[in-house]
Amino acid sequence: MAYSEKVLDHYNKPRNVGTLDKNDPNVGTGMVGAPECGDVMRLQLKVNEETQIIEDAKFKTFGCGSAIASSSLATEWIKGKTVDEALEIKNTDIVSELSLPPVKIHCSVLAEDAIHAAITDYKAKRAAREGSPQPANA
Amino acid sequence: MQTPIYMDNHATTPVDPRVLEAMLPYFTKVFGNAASRNHSFGWEAEKAVDNARKQIADLIGATPKEIIFTSGATESNNLAIKGVAEMYAERGNHIITSATEHKAVLDTCKRLEKQGCRVTYLPVQRDGRIDLEMLEEAITDKTILISIMYANNEIGVIQPIAEIGKLAHARKILFHTDAVQATGKVPVNVQTDNIDLLSLSGHKIYGPKGVGALYVRRKNPRVQIAAQMDGGGHERGMRSGTLNVTGIVGLGKACELCNQEMPAESKRLAYLRDKLKEGILSQLDECYINGSMEHRLPHNINISFAYVEGESLLMGINDVAVSSGSACTSATLEPSYVLKALGVGEDLAHTSIRFGIGRFNTEEEVDYVIKRVVETVMRLRELSPLYDMAKEGIDLSKVSWAAD
Repeated sequence: MAYSEKVLDHYNKPRNVGTLDKNDPNVGTGMVGAPECGDVMRLQLKVNEETQIIEDAKFKTFGCGSAIASSSLATEWIKGKTVDEALEIKNTDIVSELSLPPVKIHCSVLAEDAIHAAITDYKAKRAAREGSPQPANA
Repeated sequence: MQTPIYMDNHATTPVDPRVLEAMLPYFTKVFGNAASRNHSFGWEAEKAVDNARKQIADLIGATPKEIIFTSGATESNNLAIKGVAEMYAERGNHIITSATEHKAVLDTCKRLEKQGCRVTYLPVQRDGRIDLEMLEEAITDKTILISIMYANNEIGVIQPIAEIGKLAHARKILFHTDAVQATGKVPVNVQTDNIDLLSLSGHKIYGPKGVGALYVRRKNPRVQIAAQMDGGGHERGMRSGTLNVTGIVGLGKACELCNQEMPAESKRLAYLRDKLKEGILSQLDECYINGSMEHRLPHNINISFAYVEGESLLMGINDVAVSSGSACTSATLEPSYVLKALGVGEDLAHTSIRFGIGRFNTEEEVDYVIKRVVETVMRLRELSPLYDMAKEGIDLSKVSWAAD
């Protein structure tokens, strides 16, 4: 199976590899997949509370080249978008951008899931904060 | 040194130039049909085929008349198992095989199950070998055939063939072995091992693709198999079809070379294999060898690189041809059933790589492969959330994964 140029590019030069502080209130962390399935993606994003714009994104992925490329591309795409805009990214967008073959579509699904999981985590943190305001912020 | 480097010699091997040289005249000059009995073209072809029969027989301790030519080991396995099941149907319908056999054996057995046979798939132990006591317990008065591979194609583990043969003969059960990976690599002898049927292939031993053989014992006991292809009654009625003379000459020459060079070659390959293994294991933590090191082909090593998915590792070492037990490299999206049978967890099965060193690999190539594997595993572990978590002391088996 030959890989597309774009998959190779992301695999060889993955964008935004790394870790954000998961305890930061403005950081959302999404981890999807399972080692038994051969794919685990951890995607993190840092949101500007005022503007709701994703200012930073990082990932680490255990998986095949297409999984690495899908998550690398996802971090590239969500940076600079608002949280709501990021939620609109569809796995099919990733499939067409990376020219993924049918057997690799699950990699793009996982990347979409990772974005959603990270945003869900961020929103949960925010809701928890608003539900019980800290004395310092009051 | 040239790249890419080929180190996937369990999948196939290049034709040895000496084999090619032996084959060439049979394409154009000596092109006769070995079954043509009334002219010299046919006689010349028949002579070449008979010579090859002897070269193959000599490699496995058989006599030339016991060698039946086929299109390859898949056909040999099909012919042996289906041929016995059909021929001995009155005596019984039970076959014993193992979980780590090649698909050519497993799927043949599955088809026979649909046709009324009963098949026992013996599990293997952690080291990849079957348990002889379990084999003995599985035998019933309906058992007609035991089919256990000589050496495994993924992990190179060698089964206790002589013991199985002894047991089978004591119980008057036929013993077939798929010896594709072992023939020409380690000493194989159908007499001392009590083998009744043995499958071998040309392209795994530096011969051409599309040619193989089935050894069928003629004495003590005389084994009969029902032909699975109807036609001109070639190969003593067991396998019809005009003989692939060129391929057969190549298979014969390949066997002759293996026979001559095995003592020196197996020593050299074992040295290179051990160097590869040590070179990798001394530089990387959390690498696990799959299968017994003691009972193993000299040119095989199979390693799981924890936290690094196999296909992504193959992508990183793209100038080295090896193969992976990862689901991503298979059509089924399931990781290696052989590793699963050993009790290797699916998480580790996804991270496994098979190295098969061959006649034409050099020490320089082995050094290069060590370097490429080590640097790529290190890079991918930096990218792996699992490696992070493991370093933090998180027990990955206790994590509840958000998987579908």
